[in-house]
Amino acid sequence: MKNPKVVIIDYGMGNLFSLQRVVSYLGGVGIISSDPEVIAFAQRLILPGVGAFGDGITNLQKRNLVEPIKNAIRSAKPFLGICLGMQLCMTESYEFGLHKGLNIIAGSVRKFSEPISQDKFYKVPHVGWNRLLVPKRDKEGCSCEVSTMWENTILSKVRSGEWVYFVHSYTVVPEEMAVIMSETEYGGISFCSAIHRDNIFGCQFHPEVSGETGLKILKEFLYAM
Amino acid sequence: MRQGMLRDIILLLMGVGPLYENGRKIMNPIRIIPKLEVKGPNLVKGVHLEGLRVLGKPEDFAYKYYLDGADELIYIDVVASLYGRNNLLEIVRKAAQRIFIPLTAGGGVRTLEDINNLLCAGADKVAINTAAVRNPAFVKEAARFFGSQCIVVSIGAKLRGNEKYEAFTDNGREKTDKDVFEWAQEAADLGAGELLITSIDREGTGRGYDLVLIERISAAVPIPVIACGGVGKVKDFLEGIKVGRADAVCAASIFHYHQLKALPNRDSFFKEGNIEFLKKNRGNLDFLSGRLEPAEIQSVKQALLDSGRSCRFVNNFSEIDSREV
Repeated sequence: MKNPKVVIIDYGMGNLFSLQRVVSYLGGVGIISSDPEVIAFAQRLILPGVGAFGDGITNLQKRNLVEPIKNAIRSAKPFLGICLGMQLCMTESYEFGLHKGLNIIAGSVRKFSEPISQDKFYKVPHVGWNRLLVPKRDKEGCSCEVSTMWENTILSKVRSGEWVYFVHSYTVVPEEMAVIMSETEYGGISFCSAIHRDNIFGCQFHPEVSGETGLKILKEFLYAM
Repeated sequence: MRQGMLRDIILLLMGVGPLYENGRKIMNPIRIIPKLEVKGPNLVKGVHLEGLRVLGKPEDFAYKYYLDGADELIYIDVVASLYGRNNLLEIVRKAAQRIFIPLTAGGGVRTLEDINNLLCAGADKVAINTAAVRNPAFVKEAARFFGSQCIVVSIGAKLRGNEKYEAFTDNGREKTDKDVFEWAQEAADLGAGELLITSIDREGTGRGYDLVLIERISAAVPIPVIACGGVGKVKDFLEGIKVGRADAVCAASIFHYHQLKALPNRDSFFKEGNIEFLKKNRGNLDFLSGRLEPAEIQSVKQALLDSGRSCRFVNNFSEIDSREV
């Protein structure tokens, strides 16, 4: 495929230029848009974003983007949520009160400290590089040593243990283990750092500033999905 | 009693919490960040932020650092010429074409428009110093508008006797009468995402971080602290992390002067500013009286790993695979 196109959804939540620049670097075309029509006709979609969950969902509603995004996902178009963009896909969030999400993936968004006991030492927000690890359990819930979980996903060229860049205070907690594509350890706890179900991908980290590993991931999304 | 438990108890009493779990040390990865000070089109370096020597073109250094495994890069325009000739925006724009790690840019950031322009040019974060001191509400406004993750408050600190430090602005030139610890706390409360703490006393001297300064701020604020100013040897990074408890360590001279020797094109700089050092004394570091031992990023990271600390090690990640580290 030559010059794959991707619509980068602009809903007023953070800087989209780094992402657009990486897409161009990889030979793709990144179209920054908040137009429901453009989103409806997109070949593939990225929902990026940083900031508060409540503001994010309100901004999507104000711009009438909720239904176009859901429709695009239903029609099996490759979809990638990054950071807040992934969190918005969940059922609900506990960030500054309870907020309803897009409910594309069942589960919640919780602050780092919540499910964790007090005797852990780390700073929140989690800022910096950390490792993507194949979950300890596979999709059937069995413990596994070597996993084939990342085959045919955006992580297919990535090896367990590669480093990516995070900036976040909240993490997703999916209801089904099966959607957890990777885990990452921070401050002695393990959290879900990427999700996958059918055509839907999400990553808590920022592939656009994650060096060569990030480039591999976005390249796979552009060319193989 | 399992290994480390006594230390846990002591740290717990100090309000720090244990660093061990199941007998295994919990060590969050440390970021290594080269700082590139620019003046006009050139990369420069001084001592105590003064007596700037031209070292070369910033893009030559930046790209090498990216390939060497730098975790982020910080650009500071020392003359705050955001819109002048050969401005910071241009330098950032050039860097962002082929460098895919977080880029922080600062020097002369005064308005939301300045921030937006830097982000458009390719910066991921901006460092704000003078404008933040003059108008602390700007930090709050910027964090609300762009998100805390992209607002780094940069604080220049000078020791004023008896563990008292004063914040300085305008690249270390102007005093403010602001207590550094109070200002650091306030900046965090205003919504800064990270703090870049530079000891002006140590800056460019190779005498190591001001560990008292760094440790006191790291312990006081909930947000990540980037230590800056004074690194001369690889061991200084380790002290900044172990004693200073910094979340990220930043340095300039140690990397730049190493890179200076390695650069193939010896005339790769623009002929303006103080270029005498490059023309006549290239590689002569006598002015630092042997306190500077240039090193590359990989050797710093190796030293970190050897001392049991975690960091992103690019050339090696496939070998240190998975959870059995």
